[in-house]
Amino acid sequence: MPIIQATGLTHTFTVGGRTVEAVRGVDFEVSPGEIIGFLGPNGAGKTTTLRILTTMLKPTSGRATVAGVDVDADPAGVRRRIGYVAQAGGTDGNCRVAEELILQARLYGIGKRDAERRAAELCERLDLTGLADRPIRTLSGGQRRRTDIALGLVHEPQLVFLDEPSVGLDPQSRSDLWTHIRRLRDELGTTVFLTTHYLDEADTLCDRILVMNHGRVIAEGTPDALKRRISGDVVSLTLGGDADRAKAVLAECPGLDEIAVSGQTVRLTARGGEQALVWLMRAADQADLDLRSVNIARPTLDDVFLALTGSSLNENHS
Amino acid sequence: MSLISDSSLIFARQMRLSLRSPAWPIIGLFQPALYLAFLGPLLVSVAGAGVDGLPAGAAWRFFVPGLLIQLGLFGPLFAGLSIIADLRSGVFERMRVTPVSRFALLAGRVMRDTVVLLVQTVVLLTVAYAFGLRAPLVGLLLMFLFVAAIAVGLSALSHGLGLLVRSEESFTPLLNVAAIPLLLLSGILLPMTLAPQWLDVISRLTPFRYIVDGMRTALYGDYTGSVVVTGAAVAVVTAAVCLVLGARLFSRRHA
Repeated sequence: MPIIQATGLTHTFTVGGRTVEAVRGVDFEVSPGEIIGFLGPNGAGKTTTLRILTTMLKPTSGRATVAGVDVDADPAGVRRRIGYVAQAGGTDGNCRVAEELILQARLYGIGKRDAERRAAELCERLDLTGLADRPIRTLSGGQRRRTDIALGLVHEPQLVFLDEPSVGLDPQSRSDLWTHIRRLRDELGTTVFLTTHYLDEADTLCDRILVMNHGRVIAEGTPDALKRRISGDVVSLTLGGDADRAKAVLAECPGLDEIAVSGQTVRLTARGGEQALVWLMRAADQADLDLRSVNIARPTLDDVFLALTGSSLNENHS
Repeated sequence: MSLISDSSLIFARQMRLSLRSPAWPIIGLFQPALYLAFLGPLLVSVAGAGVDGLPAGAAWRFFVPGLLIQLGLFGPLFAGLSIIADLRSGVFERMRVTPVSRFALLAGRVMRDTVVLLVQTVVLLTVAYAFGLRAPLVGLLLMFLFVAAIAVGLSALSHGLGLLVRSEESFTPLLNVAAIPLLLLSGILLPMTLAPQWLDVISRLTPFRYIVDGMRTALYGDYTGSVVVTGAAVAVVTAAVCLVLGARLFSRRHA
């Protein structure tokens, strides 16, 4: 049974007399234990969808079931079962790490002693142990972000929503955070649903991606499947001998899309690069080509986004 | 009951934050203290000259309730600024995503503001005593009940408005526009009995007119007369209406 099921979700709001369709019919499912990412530029409707799923916002139409509970019929039931870490975080600089963790646990109805135990465990899990009694304003960006995430985990939810978890972090803190998120899934089986406009984050961290643009999910799949679907791998073969003869030989191989020569290099695109490579190597061997090096370049998720929307995610973002 | 325990959790958190930065309640006391020091002695002279509605020898008992209202109008009425900060930092949403009672999120904050105002009241009454305030004990104790009702009402209203307005830039001028007329129309500086009829009528349309009259009468030693009873009733009803309004704003799904 899917842990999230969204059917025909829409959300429309009015700003200054103008109607904005932030979400225009979103359908998807998430299985337990997945790390799933909403990828899209700012304003794509990712956060709005997330807020509907976390009961912070009522959908204009459509239905969503989260952790087996209908968001509209029983919002409190959903809230008990999920963790939610907003983009803004959720900490006051004057509060201390442990006291906020304990308070948050108690707001979930956990008793005082258990709340203290949970807070200590989470500090350890998220490398915050020495910081428990520090005012939050004295933490680094990465530490503060981990505190935000710990706050979303105090009640051991089976599903946690992270809105743009790594915005504003330096590269070291980001990869650190990714490790923590992955461990959460691997060790506790927690389903993680995150939004991001960072391609590398979606690519490295997520098992599956839902690409969102203008309020719709325009593609979904594993990062690899998405890249394969949109544009083939680029295989480059560098040769010692006659590149044009090599082109003629290699063009006979199955599964190739385009083939071109530039200097001593034959560049070709193939739907499945690894598979094509087997054929290419065999053909090169039989024709006794003087093969010097081979390189497969995968398309990036940005290529995917470009192909789907006609604009680059990075331009779109800035 | 979870409403009570939830509220006290929020109350304890807000109280911790207040104790960590006690500057604001102290600064809040500064303005009424200045009035007490620099205006109070003038009122004593005015009362001595014989003014309708300002009994000779009762100048301080006349003056102090107005200052307590002033304290409320510049303390709890602006408490909603903190909810705007909590909205911005995500603290409010973080709490709203838990199954905690929506009303507790408001109640805990209102309780903090009420306690702060009561403590300020103790300080102000003590300073006023030093200047010459003498009043029966029951009357003084009644001040705390009035102050508590004022704090609950204004704080709840302010938090609700904060959620609605969501920006300090609009919130502060909005409340200033409301607070100054409320303050002047309650007759905190001079008795409204001196007012021309039109001003008296407008003044009777605002709750603080009745509340301040009730508080003064209580300090004069008349606890059961209709003025005190009306004042108390207006205070309680105003507090209840504001609390209901604030609670409704807090329980909206999209706040």
